[in-house]
Amino acid sequence: MTSTLEEHPQKTRGARPARTRDGRKPTRIKESSIDRWFMAGVYILLTTFLLAVLLPLIYIVASSFSDPLAVSSGQVTLWPINFTLEGYVRALSDNSILSGFGNSLFYTIVGTAISLALTVAIAYPLSRSDFWGRRGITVFVVFTMLFAGGIIPTYLVVQNLGLLDTRWALILPQAIGVWQVIIAVAFFRTSIPDELYEAAQLDGASDMRFLFKVVLPLSKPLLAVIALMYAIYQWNSYFDALLYLRDPGLYPLQLVLRNVLILNQTAPGLDAAAALERQQLADLMKYSLIVISTVPVMLVYPFVARFFNKGILIGAVKG
Amino acid sequence: MVTPPGGVGLDVGGVTRKLRGRKDSRGMRGLKRSWRRHWQLYLLILVPIAYFVVFKYVPMANAIIAFKDYNVVDGVWGSDWAGTKHFERFFENPVFWPVLRNTFLLSAYVVLASFPIPIILALALNEVRLRFFKNTVQMVTYAPYFISTVVVVSMTILFLSPRLGIAGHVTQFFGLGSIDFLSDPDYFRHIYVVSDVWQTMGYSAVIYLAALAGIDPALYEAARVDGASRWQKILNVDLPGILPTAMIVLVLGVGNVMAIGFEKAYLFQNSLNISQSEIIPTYTYKVGLLNADFSQAAAIGLFNGAINLCLLLGVNAIVKRLTGNGLW
Repeated sequence: MTSTLEEHPQKTRGARPARTRDGRKPTRIKESSIDRWFMAGVYILLTTFLLAVLLPLIYIVASSFSDPLAVSSGQVTLWPINFTLEGYVRALSDNSILSGFGNSLFYTIVGTAISLALTVAIAYPLSRSDFWGRRGITVFVVFTMLFAGGIIPTYLVVQNLGLLDTRWALILPQAIGVWQVIIAVAFFRTSIPDELYEAAQLDGASDMRFLFKVVLPLSKPLLAVIALMYAIYQWNSYFDALLYLRDPGLYPLQLVLRNVLILNQTAPGLDAAAALERQQLADLMKYSLIVISTVPVMLVYPFVARFFNKGILIGAVKG
Repeated sequence: MVTPPGGVGLDVGGVTRKLRGRKDSRGMRGLKRSWRRHWQLYLLILVPIAYFVVFKYVPMANAIIAFKDYNVVDGVWGSDWAGTKHFERFFENPVFWPVLRNTFLLSAYVVLASFPIPIILALALNEVRLRFFKNTVQMVTYAPYFISTVVVVSMTILFLSPRLGIAGHVTQFFGLGSIDFLSDPDYFRHIYVVSDVWQTMGYSAVIYLAALAGIDPALYEAARVDGASRWQKILNVDLPGILPTAMIVLVLGVGNVMAIGFEKAYLFQNSLNISQSEIIPTYTYKVGLLNADFSQAAAIGLFNGAINLCLLLGVNAIVKRLTGNGLW
């Protein structure tokens, strides 16, 4: 699904390509035995990487569908034992988790929209060669990557603006990512030729009109990549919420997850048997929660991974 | 903040160099002309610039409370000067050396481990011609980057929990008894680094794959003509080809050394492993927000930022002298 990084100009599916990337003819010269051993090593290494990433993920999913007792006694490996949806039912009937889910959706959608608009608003002028002052502004922006005021001085700003304990505190302070600006500038500069602007100008289009009618429609892949970067950041972040929010009703999902998964904030049991059972259910719920919170991101991931690679490439190679 | 993948090939100097305007557009006359023509663009860029002023530069100015006795009533500018009292208080505090040491050791370990592994992964992927296998490995190793830190940490804790984690069953199987990894300070760094590499290696490898794809095919031909084996090809063509990218990633990684993983360290922290897991950012958070000692926390933060900047500049200078590549 992800197209690999070396794009063949003419992809011939099925048929053998006339030449591979390094200009070798596909009828290979016999590989030396050293090379064959080497390739075996490469495959073993990559398989190790693959399993190291994959097995923990499968284990989590399998556990989330298993009987609580089987999970805590270590019977579950890579396939659910005594299939049950109990963990999911539990997790989804918890009010704080539902409200966290809703809040996270809000922060992700609104935050991404604002971030995207602001990023275009700064990146497009900076990409124009006839924009006076862009060198200075670029230095002004990039410098913030090297040095920052720190947690407390930033907290004071948020406090003075009256944003503490409001939804804006999770959206505004991190609205623009310098990295995303750099990627966007590079994209605009390389894929919107100056001639296009000159032609539009002759036709009497203003800068704004050109931006909305020509640049943005041509930049859909870039917009998709940047929107996704911001969306994932918003969906996954908990630190800003930890700093700026007191009202549990505003908590994003990640902060709720932290309280449940890491701080183990579950009601204490009364008698021992009930406590044990409750503990096992709580443990099961953790696995289900991990799956639930990751599913939205993983659903989007395969569709955009390709764009994502390209977006990074644009920023990296041409930056 | 949205961070680059292991700090990808950001050519800060290059950006600014290329952004230099045409000659006739310099100076005040250039500004006037540019304004008349492009006032819409200036209006457009106003809001983002205001953002950077308010949320990035005002905090830098606010950091001055490190030299003051901040109190809420008088505000940042009205509070009394305190000289370097807050810095001295931090340096004399018995936690100073352990916290500094923990920060350095953890950061160095993270840089050392997370620098070579993505390179190895990318080089190996680059050798594979089986498209399906290559795509699968790439796709799967890439995926954990999209999982949140909270979830990665929870997963790790679940795996390592002596009561229900798979690790407990494994250690018991080998007769080691059950080891409580998370309560033992000595395991903290290993846990942190392994989970970090697990999460980011696929993502970081992408940048090297890009660099490898950009290597001139003629070099491979030449290597073949000279009878190079695959291994020799990697040593003599691939590695030199990705060196500039690798150096930039390294510099940015080191520049990040003191700023690393507040989020993750804080999540992994518990009262039993605190002797190794307390690092400057987590300590700043506790002093500042939990104890409400704003000036002291700002001083610690400023100290951290200064070291960070020095490291970045220093490593950049060294790397530039050795390999000719650097950030600027």
